[in-house]
Amino acid sequence: MAATATTEAPVFDKKSWMGGVEPMKVSYGKLMMWFFLISDTFTFSALLVTYGLIRFSYPAYDPAIHGAFHFSNLYWPIPEKVYEAVPFLHGMELPLVFVGIMTFILIFSSVTMVLAVEAGHRMDRRAVEKYMLWTILGGLTFLGSQAWEWSHFIHGTENGTVIKELVNGQWIERTVFGANLVENQYGPPAFADLFFFITGFHGTHVFSGVVLNVLIFYRTAFGLYDRRGHYEMVEKVGLYWHFVDLVWVFVFTFFYLV
Amino acid sequence: MAEHTSHPHDSEHHEIPEPQTKAIWRTFIILSVVTGFEFLIAFIMNASPLKTAIFVGMTIVKAFYIVGEFMHLKHEVKSLIWSIVLPCIFVVWLLVALLMEGGSIFMLR
Repeated sequence: MAATATTEAPVFDKKSWMGGVEPMKVSYGKLMMWFFLISDTFTFSALLVTYGLIRFSYPAYDPAIHGAFHFSNLYWPIPEKVYEAVPFLHGMELPLVFVGIMTFILIFSSVTMVLAVEAGHRMDRRAVEKYMLWTILGGLTFLGSQAWEWSHFIHGTENGTVIKELVNGQWIERTVFGANLVENQYGPPAFADLFFFITGFHGTHVFSGVVLNVLIFYRTAFGLYDRRGHYEMVEKVGLYWHFVDLVWVFVFTFFYLV
Repeated sequence: MAEHTSHPHDSEHHEIPEPQTKAIWRTFIILSVVTGFEFLIAFIMNASPLKTAIFVGMTIVKAFYIVGEFMHLKHEVKSLIWSIVLPCIFVVWLLVALLMEGGSIFMLR
């Protein structure tokens, strides 16, 4: 009696972890994409945590001590004073407008990507092609915007910033225009370094995402997934693309807003 | 089209069901509204721990919708959800620990 009871109700179903089935109810490829994304999360968190650590180790801008806001290498700058330029609107102060547009472009390209995935479930090849093209366009527009922003950040404002520094025991004053890895008109050099590393690493991800999207579009257009009988590849690349959008959401908050 | 309908059993030219995009557009509207709200906060509030807390909260809301709906994680099995969420909780721990460390470096300088 006891023997029949145990065979009818196994305590632990070993079979589901011994191959041949999908214990997490997703295909091998999708599961591995998830695990890749979690490892990529660690890389991006490491960069953002570094940003937080270095930012908190510098003095914050305080109107009572530093007076009206101006760029200085003595304290961490306020992001909305740094990122206030918009293409074709030279000389106007439009804080965070351009980066807001970039955020919307990326969120929207994420929407067209999920629409492509949905079309793939219905085996609607024309719709997958259409939405993949929109997604590629969004990705390229974002990359172009980022190139413009980098170029503006590197060249700096018209008047630059006068910084004081101790060279061979003497205080000297000089004007710095823009930013690179060693000097920065907007604040401490570490601020520019982190800007280049974090947005650059994210931009590299967007770039590889666009390359993958082009590949998926090409293979869809030539009917590979129709012949294969499913559009799972669109889902896998979609996961990556949404992840890139997600990272931007965090970069936007921690780099531009906070 | 006439050519397609003349071969109803051909697997190449199957019937395409209607799109189901309601949930996608709803998520998009939520994400847009939250981002718009973040902009509003960025301009009407002065820097304070409350402002930072609002931004972090809004970011988590956005992350929930992107990962849950767009990446479909909300509809996966529990073991997969936890394999993704649990490591991220440890990352938050690292973030808090190193922010405090940064504050301590500032005090010692």
